[in-house]
Amino acid sequence: MSNHLKNLKLKIWRQSGPTDTGHFENYVMDEISDEASFLEMLDVLNEGLIGENKLPVVFDHDCREGICGTCSLMINGQAHGPERSTTTCQLHMRKFKSGDEIVIEPWRASAFPIIKDLMVDRSAFDRIIESGGYITAPTGGAPDANLIPIPKTVADAAMDASQCIGCGACVAACPNGAANLFTGAKIAHLNLLPQGQAERFKRTEAMVETMDEYFGSCTNHGECEAACPKEISIDVIALMNKDYRKSKLKNRKEISRT
Amino acid sequence: MAQTTMKRGPVSGTAIERAARRRRPFLIDLYSTAVGKKYVMAITGIGLLGFVLFHMIGNLKMYMGQSDLNHYAHFLEKLLYPILPEKAMLWILRGGLLTMAVLHIHAAYSLTVLNKQARPVKYQSERDYQVASFASRTMRYTGVIVLLFLIWHLLDLTFGAGSVNSYVGTKDTEGLKDVYGAVAFSLNRVPVAIFYVLANIALGTHLFHGVWSLFQSLGWNNPRFNKWRRAVATSFATIIVVGNVSFPIAVLAGVVG
Repeated sequence: MSNHLKNLKLKIWRQSGPTDTGHFENYVMDEISDEASFLEMLDVLNEGLIGENKLPVVFDHDCREGICGTCSLMINGQAHGPERSTTTCQLHMRKFKSGDEIVIEPWRASAFPIIKDLMVDRSAFDRIIESGGYITAPTGGAPDANLIPIPKTVADAAMDASQCIGCGACVAACPNGAANLFTGAKIAHLNLLPQGQAERFKRTEAMVETMDEYFGSCTNHGECEAACPKEISIDVIALMNKDYRKSKLKNRKEISRT
Repeated sequence: MAQTTMKRGPVSGTAIERAARRRRPFLIDLYSTAVGKKYVMAITGIGLLGFVLFHMIGNLKMYMGQSDLNHYAHFLEKLLYPILPEKAMLWILRGGLLTMAVLHIHAAYSLTVLNKQARPVKYQSERDYQVASFASRTMRYTGVIVLLFLIWHLLDLTFGAGSVNSYVGTKDTEGLKDVYGAVAFSLNRVPVAIFYVLANIALGTHLFHGVWSLFQSLGWNNPRFNKWRRAVATSFATIIVVGNVSFPIAVLAGVVG
């Protein structure tokens, strides 16, 4: 049986464009079902705003089933809100109580400039992927399963890393605005598997150095791991650090150029 | 308050063919990235940890009496003598420590600047940190406290600069430098003893995060020993703090001096 939350106080960041200063605006949500998702609650708010001939709150969303990595939002000081390993779209209003004040802010990082209201541009992640988050191989048709033997533990570790949906919560939660968890996950995903070995060190060097152009540095707080909706472990950061050292020592980039 | 500050190139757009990085000498190349700077922080950190540990162990000699401590200090001055002139090895070690400290501080400073640039506009609402510890979030403050203490400590007991510690340089009955007496003279002053205790608590807090953190920075991650990293850091910090804090207490209690 569904209950209804009453009298929610919403404090939402409004910013008309990239160069606007922006400010918090207060809204009151008189009643909302606790079965509503957080984004549905914002939809209801926007319906009301449109009815009043006001501009709706702009926020990112797409699949709404927790797998696309499009939704963001800093909710009450936590990336993706108070529930662990959950994206904003999968956060439900039952996590809140009647009369609660909910503060909503966009991700904040110089690499993630605000487009409008709660929407940010996360293209910096694409720059990192472009520099090495792939394997260069003509793959042909789908190969037979188990053609390349991979130990179960290795496959599991690679799968865990590959769960990253690129939502940017790690950067948002990091007190330093670092993207080490994202980059580490993308590197670990390929560097653990046999298919990724050929370009392992070239990839690591390129991705780490691209990351360096946009983001802060890791000080091992562990906030990223806590915020990650896919529970990616900071072990991937250690792996990235190790492979970066190896790539520098082996100087693979130089060899690959010749 | 500008909301978008892009100092490090545009974020949007398609892939731009980047000019190949100019190849520099290996160490400088490594140090130019944040990950490389963390390596430098971790390695110099390990060196400084070694110093802090042996300094504490050496100081425990004061519990064995005046003669033991003074002979130990004399031994340090004559390290590798007569292969090297007296004090030469000591100055080589000091030079190494100074280099490590300078690199550690420079890396910390430049990474802090980078991190500030990475989030020029702070969160306007209160952050609700989940796992970041007090120690991890105060590294730069505890680091500065330790640095200030270090400067005072060198003036006080190593160089005995003028009025800071007028006892330094006095000889004991065996004709050796009376380090034991200098320590007792310094720590008998209550404000100095309090500063000493506070600085060591700051050092312990710094080590509590630093020792754990260095495993991550160096990529020393293995499921077999990961669970020990926290224990290693906690016990190392505890040993250092307990050992060091015992000295001013012992002096004030009259056990030493």
